[in-house]
Amino acid sequence: MQSFDPRIYAVGECVNHRGVAYGLVAPLFEMAKVCANHLAHYGIGRYTGSVTSTKLKVTGIDLFSAGDFTGGEGTEEITLSDPVGGVYRKLVLRDDRLIGGVLYGDTVDGAYYYKLLREGRSVAEIRDRLMFGEANLGDAGHLGRNKAASMTDDMEVCGCNGVCKGTIVRAIKDHGLFTLDEVRKTTKASSSCGSCTGLVEQILMAAAGADYSPAPQRKAMCGCTDHTHAEVRRAVREHHLLSIADAMRFLEWRTPTGCASCRPALNYYLLSTWPHEAKDDPQSRFINERAHANIQRNGSFSVIPRMWGGATSAGELRRIADVVDKYRIPTVKVTGGQRLDLLGVKKEDLPGVWRDLGMPSGHAYAKALRTVKTCVGSEWCRFGVQDSTRMGQQLERALWRMYAPHKVKLAVSGCPRNCAESGIKDVGVIGVESGWEIYVAGNGGIKTEVAQFLVKLKTGAEVLEHAGAFLQLYREEGWYLERTVHFVRRVGLDYVKRRVVEDATGRCALHERLLFALDGEPDPWAERAAGADHAQFEPIIAAEPVAV
Amino acid sequence: MERWIRVCRPEDIPRQGARVVQISGGADVAVFRTASDRIFAITDRCPHKGGPLSQGIVFGERVACPLHNWSVELDSGCASAPDEGCVRTFPVKVEAGEVMVDLARAPGTVRDALR
Ligand code: FES
Repeated sequence: MQSFDPRIYAVGECVNHRGVAYGLVAPLFEMAKVCANHLAHYGIGRYTGSVTSTKLKVTGIDLFSAGDFTGGEGTEEITLSDPVGGVYRKLVLRDDRLIGGVLYGDTVDGAYYYKLLREGRSVAEIRDRLMFGEANLGDAGHLGRNKAASMTDDMEVCGCNGVCKGTIVRAIKDHGLFTLDEVRKTTKASSSCGSCTGLVEQILMAAAGADYSPAPQRKAMCGCTDHTHAEVRRAVREHHLLSIADAMRFLEWRTPTGCASCRPALNYYLLSTWPHEAKDDPQSRFINERAHANIQRNGSFSVIPRMWGGATSAGELRRIADVVDKYRIPTVKVTGGQRLDLLGVKKEDLPGVWRDLGMPSGHAYAKALRTVKTCVGSEWCRFGVQDSTRMGQQLERALWRMYAPHKVKLAVSGCPRNCAESGIKDVGVIGVESGWEIYVAGNGGIKTEVAQFLVKLKTGAEVLEHAGAFLQLYREEGWYLERTVHFVRRVGLDYVKRRVVEDATGRCALHERLLFALDGEPDPWAERAAGADHAQFEPIIAAEPVAV
Repeated sequence: MERWIRVCRPEDIPRQGARVVQISGGADVAVFRTASDRIFAITDRCPHKGGPLSQGIVFGERVACPLHNWSVELDSGCASAPDEGCVRTFPVKVEAGEVMVDLARAPGTVRDALR
């Protein structure tokens, strides 16, 4: 922000920055931050220009513009023009990515396009419907984003933290908030599951008007660093970083011991990049992965033993029943992933429960392979054309103990009736007469996402290799807490196909690396049932007070 | 009246971790050890909805509650802004290689009263 005369700094609309003069408030704030940074000799900020959007109100006319909306060499334009109806829309694309747009007359989709633009993700798959806005994308989840304006102040925006629209608007006005992060910190809205983020951004845009500064495109991992997930992953690989302390030192972390958000991510990046070399740091894992059970609202834990492919036996059921009686476990519940959940186990009872169950860990508590759900398949079902239960068991035995950026769920159906719901899983396999179809990146959670077709295969061995290679790609290149649906959306399905389907040597290598990582990985329950790590399960009983 | 109890050796608490101390007739106490080996004792109940703080991730001199991720300062026992609320803190000393916690004095309650 230094001008040609080094004694003079300048920000705002009087500045010509790399050929651009910004007439808006948001870039001014960004400039001022960088400037302050320099004046304080802090030296970490850099201003590289802003992507801006404006929403103008010209008496009765709505106009929205963002990014490069003039187009030109190498760009494509999609336009919609209805002069009589008073609506005009133009979207400018380059390489299947939205780079700019103008909306006239109807601007409700402005926030949505702006978000696409900032994310810079491929719109190839939604291109044919892009022009008609977000509401037309078959969004089966929270039909967010364009609702904000029509909401009344007492309507709830954030379901996790119970925050109403009025509270957010008031906070924006009273505290002068400009960014999503500030709104999260002050009101807690959108700070848990994140599904209302678009709505909150829209409220921000409406309430703060032109002052709204969008979340930066370059997103730092957390407040402890300026580095992005991608940069951290790259550094871990290229510089062979093996411990959290090394990584923090090398990447010049601002906090000495990180925070509860970056430490688990770092721990995962180290372990997934350097299996058998990097050392696990249990204290940088969320309690569930430290205690190998799911913490519940009252501080007790739940235990879900592994049942391969959802199949069990009289012996296992008897042991489960005995454990439930012996440890007075209050609730037993069948889960959505075809397992039995024992709820309300005291932490100190966990090792005993595991010992008595004599079943492997179900990893229902971990960012790891959870379950492979199966339908009955050709062994019993009159419609089944493939043995889905067996295929599911093979997949589960091959992939269990596999940690990943987030939880991973699979399903195998024995015919296209798809009773195992393969269409909403990270990897879904569907048996057909001539073999198996593989679908990836589905999700049944916060927002239902249908899995996309990856490849059709003949044999079970091929299914194991392709599924393994896809998951290894996700393990190596996914960002922590990014589900496969978000990962595939970010890198593009074409890229995944290139790596997993077209490149046979590369696929084989990915699969090999997965097998190497899983080789010798222990069953955490068996280890702890045998006494490992016992201190965390044993409370200290306070001795009699020492007289003073 | 001071009421010191012997808890464990410092090395029995994992660095950036905690141990739970059960007190007969009272709420559990969480005894934390930070990366720089400072030791703190606070009631093992999050000011938000009672989550067991001992099970959280410790960073700096704070702990992130395992239930909804509030962050609680170990020395004051208070939640970091924008969250509000405090839990009781207890004086700690290490004597003859043993961590001792004074269950009688409770600065946390005084601080609560002053708020
Ligand atoms: S109980 Fe601790 S954050 Fe909710």
